[in-house]
Amino acid sequence: MSNEAVSAAATFDLGKLNGGLRLPGEKEQSTSRAIQLVPVPAQLVLPLTQHSGNSAQPVVGIGEKVLKGQLIADSDGVLSAPVHASSSGKVVAIEPWPVSRRYGDPAPCIIIECDGLDEAVEVAEPVVAYGSLPPDTLLQKILQGGIVGLGGAVFPTAQKLMQASTLPLEYLLLNGVECEPYISCDDMLLREQPLEVLKGAQILMYALGIEKCYVAVESDKPDALHKAADVLAELKDERIVLKPVPTIYPSGGEDQLVQLITNREVPSGGLPTDVGCLVQNVGTAAAVYRWICESEPLISRVTTVTGDGVAMPMNVLARIGTTVADVVAFAGGYTDRAKQLIIGGQMMGKSVTTDRVPVVKATNCILVMSHVVPPLDERPCIRCGECAVVCPVVLQPQELYWFACADDEVKLREHGLTDCIECGCCDLVCPSHIPLMAGFRQAKARIRELADEKARAERARRRFEARTMRREIEEQKRDEELAEQKRAAITAGPREIQEMVERSKQKKRPVAHTKKGPGTDRGA
Amino acid sequence: MWIGIAIAVVTITGIALAAGLVLGFISRRLPGNSGDLVERVNELLPQTQCAQCGYPGCRPYATAIVDDSAPVNLCPPGGDETVRRLAALLGREPLPVATSASPASPGCVAVIDESLCIGCSWCRDACPVDAITGAHHFMHTVIASECTGCELCVARCPVDCIAMAAAR
Repeated sequence: MSNEAVSAAATFDLGKLNGGLRLPGEKEQSTSRAIQLVPVPAQLVLPLTQHSGNSAQPVVGIGEKVLKGQLIADSDGVLSAPVHASSSGKVVAIEPWPVSRRYGDPAPCIIIECDGLDEAVEVAEPVVAYGSLPPDTLLQKILQGGIVGLGGAVFPTAQKLMQASTLPLEYLLLNGVECEPYISCDDMLLREQPLEVLKGAQILMYALGIEKCYVAVESDKPDALHKAADVLAELKDERIVLKPVPTIYPSGGEDQLVQLITNREVPSGGLPTDVGCLVQNVGTAAAVYRWICESEPLISRVTTVTGDGVAMPMNVLARIGTTVADVVAFAGGYTDRAKQLIIGGQMMGKSVTTDRVPVVKATNCILVMSHVVPPLDERPCIRCGECAVVCPVVLQPQELYWFACADDEVKLREHGLTDCIECGCCDLVCPSHIPLMAGFRQAKARIRELADEKARAERARRRFEARTMRREIEEQKRDEELAEQKRAAITAGPREIQEMVERSKQKKRPVAHTKKGPGTDRGA
Repeated sequence: MWIGIAIAVVTITGIALAAGLVLGFISRRLPGNSGDLVERVNELLPQTQCAQCGYPGCRPYATAIVDDSAPVNLCPPGGDETVRRLAALLGREPLPVATSASPASPGCVAVIDESLCIGCSWCRDACPVDAITGAHHFMHTVIASECTGCELCVARCPVDCIAMAAAR
């Protein structure tokens, strides 16, 4: 069975991926050892923002004792995810700490001093067969597990599922494609825990009522393919199909994978759900399984520690919050040649200046390079068009670059800058070494800023106009009242007038205590 | 031949006169597009509603610009960029920003020191975008997300408890 499934790889019955590059793989160094568990560190650093959306709000105080798996920060609003303690210990601080998301700049974190006992919290609700829960309840439960997309975008999974659950969906795509040269955590996860991944897929299919699931894995990962195929044969679930895909960067991008597997193009500005697909990382599926069936929230993840600056490159199972320094020390420490620390892959990762940053839900790779690539001499564009050939989103990077230089927001939009996935292919092939991706990142930030500003101005305009209108109405009412009083005074006889004067005299008597209204006696 | 020329001249002049009359009539009777123009001018203004131009808000200033009763260079928060765009839209001379008053600090919002607030509600009435809330005689506060940083409330506070602070 397994051999059949894998041998089907030769034909690649797939859609067409535009552009892309074949990058030299550097995965062997980290896949020669099994996944190893990093021991409980002395201290855990848990950032409040490990997901896209609002920061989680702490629900523990300083000095409080927490247990493994205990909720320490709850989600804030719809687009957010809770954070759980990944080992037992005492909360010693809630303060800014360097994080990789901000390239080593500090962001609020909960810091736990571990007691080393690794005592788990008692599970409040017993594990129930998920099949007995209605899908809505299941989605609500997933929301509490702190699960986010582990492929790198860290979008809260429950939110993604809830948005998708209202739409007609045909396929669930499990993304096991790691096209970045160094990363191998999904590969190792599929080799060692294929059952959890596939059972996670079954849960997701049940929750969304999807009847077909493709597990996409690159064809140059035969071990992972074999293991997954074996487990699939045991599960006897015909709805799940293994799909080997060619190793082309960036075929692991969400939209690119949809195109590759289903031959449907995700529309510009749209989501895979627009073409009936939902993409989830294999690690996310395993996390969903562990939460639903074993009541373990997302408190650890598989991370690749690699590069020629690390003594023993390997994949580790690290508790979320373990600092990079601890993880690297576990992997044999730095070699003499270590120069640069990158969190994430070589192509899309973020270079950080300190190894005090913690492993977070998004950390799929800790890459220590021995050489820092010096910025090459930038030369004028020679209009060779190489960048357009490799662009997986079929953009024209050379044109976008001109518009970005000119800060021409309208043209940038027209030419689809917002669809750029920042894969960096154009940078790599540019013979003039123009830093295209950096320019696009900046331009994107600028466009976002302008849009924010515009939205704010629009809100201010509406509020101002509403206020003006309200004031006009108030004034009109006052005028009418005055006119009414005037009419009453004209029609009133001398006795009524006398009474009125008396009344006003009585009212005016305690004059020392009356308050001055706004706008009176100004400038004094 | 002369008669032919005369007929042509008379005919063409007649057509021109008739067309002129019709067009003149239409342009007088139908509503002009000045409302539309006010809208477009207003869109170019920053909507700070700070009244530094001397008009009570951005829309009144936009109306004044379209009426030709105000120059285009009275908006300090908009800066030279806004003047340039207004001048381009209306075909006027782009002058340097005239008002020397301190431009509303970009990215700043008003913050009320709530321990000092006496609840006079003057700031609430001064706020052009209803971004200050609080009942009379009670503490007031600024809705930071709606504050445009116009600083109009700062001067109105009788106990000087409002300061401008960088937005989060």
